[in-house]
Amino acid sequence: MAVKVYGIPMSTATRSVIAALIEKGVEFELVEVDMKAGAHKKPEHLKLNPFGKVPVYQDEDVTLFESRAITRYIATKYEGQGTPLLGKTTTERALVDQWVEVEGQNYHPAVSALNYQLFFRKIFSGEGPDEAAVAVNVEKFNAVLDIYEARLTASKYLAGDFFSLADLGHFAHTEYFVKHSGKSDLITSRPHVAAWWQDISSRPSWQKTITYGSS
Amino acid sequence: MTIKLHGSAMSTCTGRVLITLFEKEVEDYELVEVDLSKGEHKSPEFLKHQPFGQIPYLVHGDLELFESRAIARGVADWYAKQGTPLYGSTAHERAQVEQWLEVEAQNYNPSISSIVFQIVFAPMFGKSTDEAVVAAETAKLESVLDIYEKRLSEKKYLAGDFFSLADLSHITYSYYLIKLAGKGAIYDSRPHVKAWIEGLFARPATQKWLKLAGYAQ
Repeated sequence: MAVKVYGIPMSTATRSVIAALIEKGVEFELVEVDMKAGAHKKPEHLKLNPFGKVPVYQDEDVTLFESRAITRYIATKYEGQGTPLLGKTTTERALVDQWVEVEGQNYHPAVSALNYQLFFRKIFSGEGPDEAAVAVNVEKFNAVLDIYEARLTASKYLAGDFFSLADLGHFAHTEYFVKHSGKSDLITSRPHVAAWWQDISSRPSWQKTITYGSS
Repeated sequence: MTIKLHGSAMSTCTGRVLITLFEKEVEDYELVEVDLSKGEHKSPEFLKHQPFGQIPYLVHGDLELFESRAIARGVADWYAKQGTPLYGSTAHERAQVEQWLEVEAQNYNPSISSIVFQIVFAPMFGKSTDEAVVAAETAKLESVLDIYEKRLSEKKYLAGDFFSLADLSHITYSYYLIKLAGKGAIYDSRPHVKAWIEGLFARPATQKWLKLAGYAQ
């Protein structure tokens, strides 16, 4: 049975999973969920993900939701092929886990709020940004990016001198932020963050991921 | 080799790591108290180890690690051969554990930590509780608990019929919400969730944390 990813091409979380599959050289089928028609909240999808979100990953052994759990599973299952995404030692693995958590707990809340206010909100509801929410999250994001700048001065990638799942988890929201927020200077003004983004976003896996679907 | 955990016994995130150490029967550890009231966690010296100015961080030989969920994952793997199994026993079970760990981190934690902050911590810092935030976040948490209620009516624990790191990750914040913030009613009204969380509180490793934190009954 082939790998199936239920999601949509513009979804950040779906893109994380697609990027991981491409890094590991795993063939898959993207099964588009008609979110405009509310398919993700209907019983058929809720059986796959009771939280009514995308993506959902399915292979012959498992059905999984939560993109960070899916990418961890892919990185482990396909350990023997493609890019090593979890480092090569237990120490490297622990550092990958640390920076995956940093993304999930510190980077993601700020950047996803900004992408929602500055880009997605207008598309979904026609409404402009809540300026107070933008201000609060710009402050948070700046504080996080200062820490990233210091880290990436000392280390080529987040977990060490190797590309990993930790860096991969930053692709999707950073892409939208740099291309569509109007505030890309937060990234480009920080030389080591900018260089890291330039490096990882040039990876063939990311370049391929953003071509999916009709955008 | 002694593990050094820098944090505070009563902190929810330090507690997550302590309970993991206790479940894995790790004896060779030391808790180094960080004085939050003196702002120690924001001092330049502390920021060298944890640049976000948060507790805990852990030292294990040459490795320094922060983010409690990453630390807990590390402990679960380094001590895989002893104590309670925290990842199930197959790759399939491990995947389920990873899924529900992310559910906790991305769906449960944002709401519960916000409510706990408003009710328990804001007053400690001389701020008033924002009741609108409490109401909004409680509504979100109840939607999540509805999904947990259905899941726990089908399986004994979140990842399956086995206790795992996914359940463990819920313990400390849930204790704060139910026992310290007085918000147990939303758990009491969901019988499977209630039985699950009471069972987690009763575990010896949880009781050991409660004793250390000064919350033991």
